[in-house]
Amino acid sequence: MQLDSMYQDIILDHYKHPHHKGLREPYDAEVHHVNPTCGDEVTLRVKLSAGADGPVVADVSYDGMGCSISQASTSVLTDLVIGKGVDQAMRVQEEFLTLMRSKGGGEPDEDVLEDAIAFAGVSRYPARIKCALLGWMAWKDATAQAANGGLSR
Amino acid sequence: MTFDRAGFDVALVRKDFPILDRTVRDGRPLVYLDSANTSQKPRQVIDAMSDYYEQHNANIHRATHQLGEEATEAYEGARITAAGFLGARDETEVVFTKNISEAINLVAYSMGNASTSGGAAERFRLGPGDEIVITEMEHHSNIVPWQLLCERTGATLRWFGVTDDGRLDLSGIDGLINARTKLVSLVHQSNVLGTVNPVRLVADAAHAVGALVLVDAAQSVPHLPVSVADLGADFVGFTAHKICGPTGIGVLWARRELLDAMPPFLGGGEMIESVAMTGSTFAQPPHKFEAGTMPIAEAVGLDAALRYVSEVGLDAIRAHEHELLTHALDGLAALDGVRILGPTDAADRGATIAFLVDDVHPHDVSQVLDAHGIAVRAGHHCARPLHLRFGVPASTRASFYLYNTTDEVDALIRGIDEAKRYFA
Ligand SMILES: Cc1ncc(COP(=O)(O)O)c(C=O)c1O
Repeated sequence: MQLDSMYQDIILDHYKHPHHKGLREPYDAEVHHVNPTCGDEVTLRVKLSAGADGPVVADVSYDGMGCSISQASTSVLTDLVIGKGVDQAMRVQEEFLTLMRSKGGGEPDEDVLEDAIAFAGVSRYPARIKCALLGWMAWKDATAQAANGGLSR
Repeated sequence: MTFDRAGFDVALVRKDFPILDRTVRDGRPLVYLDSANTSQKPRQVIDAMSDYYEQHNANIHRATHQLGEEATEAYEGARITAAGFLGARDETEVVFTKNISEAINLVAYSMGNASTSGGAAERFRLGPGDEIVITEMEHHSNIVPWQLLCERTGATLRWFGVTDDGRLDLSGIDGLINARTKLVSLVHQSNVLGTVNPVRLVADAAHAVGALVLVDAAQSVPHLPVSVADLGADFVGFTAHKICGPTGIGVLWARRELLDAMPPFLGGGEMIESVAMTGSTFAQPPHKFEAGTMPIAEAVGLDAALRYVSEVGLDAIRAHEHELLTHALDGLAALDGVRILGPTDAADRGATIAFLVDDVHPHDVSQVLDAHGIAVRAGHHCARPLHLRFGVPASTRASFYLYNTTDEVDALIRGIDEAKRYFA
């Protein structure tokens, strides 16, 4: 049935058992993003560390209230970006953005997006795309701030 | 409570709404429970607007030809219909706006303009020490214009609270409405809680201290008989698209002597008496407040909508909705883990029900319902302070109108039950 194309098991699993949830120290930047139409909110922290080829996403922690889609996509995001170089993680973010803008017609690259390919079905529901992107936009914002602010903390 | 519903037949009503015949989400019949957001439109309204464009289209008040006369008559005819509908003294008390948001902004900006001009506008002047009172259950349209006005003038915004069961908390009314109060603005029927407020009581208290009263009637005018005289208000606004009419037009009713004294809001064509390089004088109300080419076809649509609703009968509509409401409240009460935001008894309450389902986010509830063709709204419904009051970011809202049926209520209840199981 139609619902199952949106609510893939992967999504429901991440929703019920979110990864990396909760706010942690230390962090370089913290942001608070809201979805103005529905009031969903996420507070997200990013910790970067120095790597051989530039900064690396050392940790992403978050807390927030939101629907299954926004909660699950933030959980999936943390799995994907923690441990990656910032440049590489930003490319994953770009790829996810492209998938979300594909109106259901995208052919996601599983090697890049891993569990996040489960959100392909969500891209057919314009009202839910913002939910799927809430955590990803917050992460991009926080990471940019952390990178600009240097690795101070 | 029983209301007279003589001759009302929902099956016949439904035939007037072409959209109710369509299917959604792979062939499911549309169950439209989002009328508090915007109502569907009957054939009578759609036809009136097409006929206007096909036969009478011209600009109003300024065209010196037959079509111009016909268009002007149609537009001004809508004003007469609206005045009659609200029980206004006459049609010069009816100002057309884009929607109720603009109607409220018109009053707020006019009061702001009064604060920097003299003369008759003096009575609308606001400054530090003055107070505007609203309520915690307002739509953002009846919050933000006042916040902005208070920022511009230094006046203070004060709020009526809401009780746990979703009624206006009147316990502090004597302190809240006082000699410093310049304006009290409140919603007649809440777009979230469904609560119908005792507007008359609040209006009398406001008038006793010389304050003005604005009533946001966006959610009441479509559903119950509203007379501006009975409300005891100075300003009443509503929006056409929630009463079977088109988007793009709203109504501000105000007592004529207030419209006479208020400074204009928007400047432009048609709102003037005379324009010179040294300054301008303004037309008489209501034209003083209608700058530029107005939504003419939309006025025609509004006229048709008000006639349509009157013909069906607001008493009958209220009675029908009351039946849907009690059926829905019973059905929801029988579901475990469902909490209603707002009164759980049907007294002084309209057929708009916001609810929470334990452990299922409102977005997810509405998504499951949508998969069954059931259209509801999820979010804060432009009433964020109210949701914060109840400690939640969002709710799911089902809202009923004259074309809904008890079968559709049952579909809603089944859908909510399925959402619970899906996310269990
Ligand atoms: C109580 C109330 N006031 C104001 C509005 C705003 O109406 P509009 O968007 O047509 O200006 C609405 C509807 O959205 C409402 O329910």
